[in-house]
Amino acid sequence: MQILKKAILTGIWFAVLTFPIMVVKVDHIEGKMVWRWENAGYIAIGAALLSLVWRYLLERKAMRRRQEELAIREPSLWNKILRDPKLIRTGLLILLLLMLILPALSSTYHINIIATALIYVVLALGLNIAVGLSGQLVLGYAAFYAVGAYAYGLANHYLGIGFWAMLPVGGIIAALAGILLGLPVLRLRGDYLAIVTLGFGEITRLIIQNWSSLTRGPGGISGIAKPGFFNFSMADVAVSSVYIYYITLALAILTIFVVDRLKHSRVGRAWQALREDEIASEAMGVDTMRTKLSAFALSSMWAGFAGVLMATKTTFINPNSFTFMESALILSMVVLGGMGSIWGVVLGAVAIILLPEYLRAFSEYRMLIFGAIMVAMMVFRPQGLIPPQFRRYEIPDYLKKKSAGTPEGAKEGN
Amino acid sequence: MHPVLQASGLSMVFGGLRAVNSVDLCVRDGEIVALIGPNGAGKTTFFNCITGIYTPTEGQIRLCRPKTHGGGNDSGTVLNGFRPSRITKLGMARTFQNIRLFPNMTVLENVMIGMHCRTRAGILGALFRPPSVRAEEKLVIEKSYSYLEAVGLQSLYSERARNLPYGDQRRLEIARALAAEPFMLLLDEPAAGMNPQETIALQELIRTLRSQYNLTVLLIEHDMGLVMSLSDRIYVMEYGTKIAEGTPMEIGHNPRVIKAYLGEDFNA
Ligand SMILES: Nc1ncnc2c1ncn2[C@@H]1O[C@H](COP(=O)(O)OP(=O)(O)O)[C@@H](O)[C@H]1O
Ligand SMILES: [Mg+2]
Repeated sequence: MQILKKAILTGIWFAVLTFPIMVVKVDHIEGKMVWRWENAGYIAIGAALLSLVWRYLLERKAMRRRQEELAIREPSLWNKILRDPKLIRTGLLILLLLMLILPALSSTYHINIIATALIYVVLALGLNIAVGLSGQLVLGYAAFYAVGAYAYGLANHYLGIGFWAMLPVGGIIAALAGILLGLPVLRLRGDYLAIVTLGFGEITRLIIQNWSSLTRGPGGISGIAKPGFFNFSMADVAVSSVYIYYITLALAILTIFVVDRLKHSRVGRAWQALREDEIASEAMGVDTMRTKLSAFALSSMWAGFAGVLMATKTTFINPNSFTFMESALILSMVVLGGMGSIWGVVLGAVAIILLPEYLRAFSEYRMLIFGAIMVAMMVFRPQGLIPPQFRRYEIPDYLKKKSAGTPEGAKEGN
Repeated sequence: MHPVLQASGLSMVFGGLRAVNSVDLCVRDGEIVALIGPNGAGKTTFFNCITGIYTPTEGQIRLCRPKTHGGGNDSGTVLNGFRPSRITKLGMARTFQNIRLFPNMTVLENVMIGMHCRTRAGILGALFRPPSVRAEEKLVIEKSYSYLEAVGLQSLYSERARNLPYGDQRRLEIARALAAEPFMLLLDEPAAGMNPQETIALQELIRTLRSQYNLTVLLIEHDMGLVMSLSDRIYVMEYGTKIAEGTPMEIGHNPRVIKAYLGEDFNA
């Protein structure tokens, strides 16, 4: 009932707030005021309803948390599915097969969209290394994407170097750029790091935009070569789309594999410790400077790969593709999906790219819906769509048995 | 006996405040030494100076690996200016007064981080997982589990650290410090927030760990029962200055210490 009262108050408050714009209207032709009282009613009812739903959901969330603290945590069906390795493996296998035969099933248009989504999967997973795993809030990630794209664009334009040669080189150049940015900001944390990386992103874009003699400025570089297949070049558009689709798919799978291996390794653990508590990890013997640099370098390397792919896919790049909006978009994929969670980030990237594509009907309200979803996510599921799972390390039985009889083991239990 | 940790003339100034004022301290191989004093005396600041979290304004810190841990006859390393990770790798590990675990990692992973500086696997090792890396990983898990056993937390190894009760979190911090394979262990108020039974168990634990791992221990503590029964020697600080040092017996009868703890009025 408390909720209802608050909702009604919110409704009245909104009606009063919007009174000047929604109710009062000056009719210029007649020269008199028009009072549209019904609008105030709509606003009040609408706001009250929204507030009611909002508060109800919040209440439910708080209740669930209380229950969680009290009772034994019964994993939800969703979580059970996520924890069952057999189900996951089967699901992934089916997904992989689907992805492999997709070109046979759908048109070039769809293939292109999915390939774009896959490039964003690579980008989001790369950013996830810095933001999700290591806790370094990088806001200028598009800069590294740009470095990769321009590395290939320029090398191809001026020197005629092909895609396959530039794919690794573009990644390495972007990684160097990441280290270059990393060195001066090693001592920065949180907000400061975010601001500096934001600035770095903008500076990179401005350099590209204004160094016209090299980068051809705002006009961009066009006619970038498609990837060759051994010594043949692909002339047919449809065939080359499919070819690029397979390349992006392979890179996305490779990225998932690499990030997963890194996450469950000595290096990945150090990244996570850095995210959890920088001073404690330094005090426990983790060289935080090196750890940060490795996170920056690997994170930007994947942006570099994605940049090369993007340049070859669109055959045209210009500075406008690498604005702050782009960085924010990639960051929101990581946050929406679940920071630090590989499959969460994959899902986040796919959702953010595909939903707007297939919901063109609502394109006018795209940003509005996007904003609303993000706010709702932050309130109701801040850990993301698929929160990171904890690695259950296997303790060999012979170790466990040895300790079973000790008195200290006996008084444990929680 | 052989000095393991030696601080001479150590000072730390924050703006106008001398939080630590020219403190001399020496801990010898195998000792348990307590650092006591009222709140704000500068004990934690002293720890932060010798572990590299702060750079001391004046003075010198020297750390010397004892022979029991494979050290030589040299006079040790001067730690001034070293980063904390390097000092930990040299063989001195610590816990924090306000617990600083990695809350979203599991109990076992917390301890595994402690072993970071004793292992080598890098990025390429993580990607290709050659047999050497796999063996190292296995060893890390086994050893980390054994440190959990040493503090009695093995049954909770797959819990998230944040879900542990307070006393367990303190013991997990000790296990994590042990995993760095130190010869010198620094404990900042390990019994804070523990009930009397837990405190007594902790006292036993510290004693056991010292003999099990040949440790030298320097600890800050307010629980005088624990300090008196555990320490070989005690240093007392007040307002950043060392006001007394000696055996528990001597400290218990030192008029200055009694005054610092019980106030001016006590003698009157
Ligand atoms: N980083 C800091 N900046 C400024 N003053 C500090 C800082 N750290 C500690 N101090 C001050 O130094 C004094 C000693 O603090 P501390 O070492 O925490 O005392 P203790 O651990 O003995 O209770 C206190 O007055 C405290 O306010
Ligand atoms: Mg203190």
